[in-house]
Amino acid sequence: MTSKLSNAQIAWRAAQDIEDGAYVNLGIGFPEMVAKFQPPGKQAIFHTENGVLNFGEAPAPGEEDWDLINAGKKAITLRPGAAFFHHADSFGMVRGGHLDVAILGTYEVAENGDLANWSTGPKGVPAVGGAMDLVHGAKRVAVITDHVTKDGRPKLVKRCALPLTGVGCVTRVYTSLAVLDIEDERFVLREKLPTMSVAELQAVTGAELVLPDQIGDLVAPEL
Amino acid sequence: MDKTVPDLEAAIAGIEDGMVVMVGGFGGSGAPIELIHALIDRFKANGSPKNLTIVNNNAGNGRIGIAAMIDAGMVGKMICSFPRSADPRAFTEKYLAGEIGLELVPQGTLAERIRAAGAGIPAFYTPASYGTDVAKGKPVAEFDGKHYVQERWLKADVAILKAELADTLGNLTYRKAARNFSPLMAAAAAKTIVQATKIVQPGDIDPEHVVTPGIFVDAIVQVSDPKQEEALMREGVAYA
Repeated sequence: MTSKLSNAQIAWRAAQDIEDGAYVNLGIGFPEMVAKFQPPGKQAIFHTENGVLNFGEAPAPGEEDWDLINAGKKAITLRPGAAFFHHADSFGMVRGGHLDVAILGTYEVAENGDLANWSTGPKGVPAVGGAMDLVHGAKRVAVITDHVTKDGRPKLVKRCALPLTGVGCVTRVYTSLAVLDIEDERFVLREKLPTMSVAELQAVTGAELVLPDQIGDLVAPEL
Repeated sequence: MDKTVPDLEAAIAGIEDGMVVMVGGFGGSGAPIELIHALIDRFKANGSPKNLTIVNNNAGNGRIGIAAMIDAGMVGKMICSFPRSADPRAFTEKYLAGEIGLELVPQGTLAERIRAAGAGIPAFYTPASYGTDVAKGKPVAEFDGKHYVQERWLKADVAILKAELADTLGNLTYRKAARNFSPLMAAAAAKTIVQATKIVQPGDIDPEHVVTPGIFVDAIVQVSDPKQEEALMREGVAYA
């Protein structure tokens, strides 16, 4: 097995595809890291479900204003040109197709675009938050994820075994090993680690990869 | 017309056993801590209100606010999208013991169900949850080749909210991201009770700046120095 991208490097790679001026929602947790890696000259406007557009970095410790938080309940700051709005408007932005990109984490993603990222099964307290809304409406729904689970099982699968968040909603997947598009209910390999063969990648992927003529190298800076 | 009431006790006087109560706020942002704690005080004094159904995005954090209501045994059911938090033990313990009900609603669907109730729309279709466990048993329809799930309005007997400014007619502004569900809940509840940091006279709020028009508001009480849930959490405060 070859080396793999760190979470920061996966987030960096996803950030490179965000256009200047794009309206972007980042899922709670790991996807929030994408905001740190905006390429120079490309300024995205970030949306958070609880009702803020154009928020910036976290405030310095001690400077928090707890009325100004993101969907993960973390303190945020505002950029010039920010806006507040209520929850129905916020999810209108989501479902109404006004966001350009949503970038989410996942437990599993299937070749038909199905996403499972809210529940690992019937145990404990179920909690869904905005995940089931976010997967609908954004022009692109991308997933960032390790290519395999902690115990080495594929997270890219033929069909999700875990409870679904949404059906046929994911269009692009950035992993620790590859970048893939979901087209016609198949994983199309766009980039892979240059140190890894297609056969090695296929061996840790739970669905058959479609191999176009051009497959790019997935290279990220040290972060 | 003057919708102000003298104190918290008077503000919450009409909240009775078994009511559906919408509570403003997303986490600590916008949470009407003083109104919630006044309800807890009343419950401790005379055992009411109890068996409440609470509508909020979350199910409380730590030992304050909604979590303290759950701890006190006042809540029969939560309708929320995310009953987890930094310290979710109040809800988690009662839920796992089968002592509290849960209706889990996707966050945008929760907002729209509340909005629909306030707008007189009994049902609507949303793409959220189609094909998932959450949509089981709900009607589905196809529009322009895509599938949608039918959801119903969500009404309440009472909403308790926190505003920044209120005038005596009930026109409201909110502070930063603290508005979240409150403008929707104000319209969806039969009676809307607001704690405002400052109460001003009609005309003192620029009509261009009013977020919630006073038609949706029934009672206003001034709480000049409202406590912030996140700040209380960090201080380790328990209200039980």
